[in-house]
Amino acid sequence: MDHFPTNWGRPKYDSFDTHATYPIHNRGHAQSAASNGAVQHTHFSHSKSALRQPIVTGTSVLAIKYKDGIMMAADNLASYGSLARFKGVQRLHPVGDYTVVGASGDMSDFQYLQHILDGLVISEEANLQDGHTLGPAEIHEYLSQVMYQRRTKMDPLWNSLLVGGVKDGKRFLAFVDLLGVTYSASTLATGYGAYIAQPLLRKAVEGREDTLTEHEARTILEDALRVLFYRDARSINQYQIATITANGADISGSLKLETAWGFAEGIRGYGAQTQ
Amino acid sequence: MFRNTYDSDNTVFSPQGRLHQVEYALEAVKQGSAAVGLRSKTHAILLALKRSSGELASYQQKMFRIDDHVGIAIAGLTSDARVLSNFMRQQAMASKMVFNRPVPVNRLVSTIADKAQVNTQEYGRRPYGVGFLVVGLDHTGPHLYEFSPSGTSFEYFAVSIGARSQSAKTYLEKHFESFADCSLEDLIRHGLHALRETLQQDKELTTNNTSIGILGPGSVHEPASTAVDFRILEGTPIEVYLQTMQPKEVPPPASTSATASSSTQPPAGGDDDVQMSEQ
Repeated sequence: MDHFPTNWGRPKYDSFDTHATYPIHNRGHAQSAASNGAVQHTHFSHSKSALRQPIVTGTSVLAIKYKDGIMMAADNLASYGSLARFKGVQRLHPVGDYTVVGASGDMSDFQYLQHILDGLVISEEANLQDGHTLGPAEIHEYLSQVMYQRRTKMDPLWNSLLVGGVKDGKRFLAFVDLLGVTYSASTLATGYGAYIAQPLLRKAVEGREDTLTEHEARTILEDALRVLFYRDARSINQYQIATITANGADISGSLKLETAWGFAEGIRGYGAQTQ
Repeated sequence: MFRNTYDSDNTVFSPQGRLHQVEYALEAVKQGSAAVGLRSKTHAILLALKRSSGELASYQQKMFRIDDHVGIAIAGLTSDARVLSNFMRQQAMASKMVFNRPVPVNRLVSTIADKAQVNTQEYGRRPYGVGFLVVGLDHTGPHLYEFSPSGTSFEYFAVSIGARSQSAKTYLEKHFESFADCSLEDLIRHGLHALRETLQQDKELTTNNTSIGILGPGSVHEPASTAVDFRILEGTPIEVYLQTMQPKEVPPPASTSATASSSTQPPAGGDDDVQMSEQ
């Protein structure tokens, strides 16, 4: 998998731009610039659609089921390419009284989704006040329809989302991404976390969803976040954790990951060691 | 027939503050054959009297399924009812698609009431000539609503609409306090008794002219596998229920409630069995 978000959704020009080092705004015309200098259109250049790339991105979101409900975690970084641009961004968003949506991918698309979801809660709940409220399952179905519709318009919202919550005593945790793909499991992770954290979460959680305490669940997520911070160059050591239980959703303030770098002393082959 | 000068346009009030076109629409509902609705803690049911245009004709449909959890009975113009029920089905499907949730019944009824209200206010339109009884089941339990072309909707314990529905209402008002804890079989019996009150003198309820719509767990007369979903019983399956009816307390000639209240009805001019458009 290509972990450079700026390359997602773009054709590859292996012959002249092997390592995708051309500036983004030049890439579409790189071929013509390289050959004869005349303006040459790609097959897609006449299309009205706006297939874009994510610009300011968030990395992994993690979530697990535990005894009392759902716990979800995401760090506070919004990257601009590989630059750690915004270090205090909240990527967990409460929707109604029972649901939290966590987002990785493009942060402006996520802000647009927050706007949509806030409007939905106003029109469906605040205005009607008839006792019919939206739970996590309804929010997830709605989001999947929005995401799928946008991908069908060739203008996807460039996110992977986790939707978690508790309503009527039922836990709900599911995934939806920019293609409208959905799935559900007792542990979920988006982005780089799907590779690094998901196996750790599965090992720690599966079969113990009904016995894990809040403290244990928190420890599992923090350990996974720590591993991600060591491995994922788009992550940061500040994070937030959302707990959604029968009592509602609670999103923590920004927390600091405790890390230890002593092992780095023993690493040979990088940096300025002389032996 | 031409009652006054303020009835040619539904957007103009009469000096008495009334909208005559809207009142005529309510009259169209009264001309249709009766429908009765009742609700218990577990069930909401509909009963309706079907008419046929003649001995050789079939009976007009009075009940429609909107979704698994919603059903309606109509009184008035069947063609208007089909337009509205089609709209309700679309709303139900939209809710399933967008939220994967059965549409909340109160919202469904409010939506068609809002549609009907527009027709009482905008120039160049006419009100719907049909009234609905809507039964629905959601996580707050069974519900029964009345919708009328004036754009109103109300929730009821029990209610009736259509020709001579006041007689049925009188029966329901007398007995409704016992409905909450009724079994389905008793509820249907009460419903049939109420519906019977709307019949003309020499008529009776038969398997041909009666429809029963049920929402809630199956009765002892239904297959054990019956779900709570809305179902319409017609023909032989309702025979067992018709047999549970008790004979009408006829004799006392010094009439009681039934005859007293039916005299408050307008002359039953439009209530012949041969009426194509009003069902």
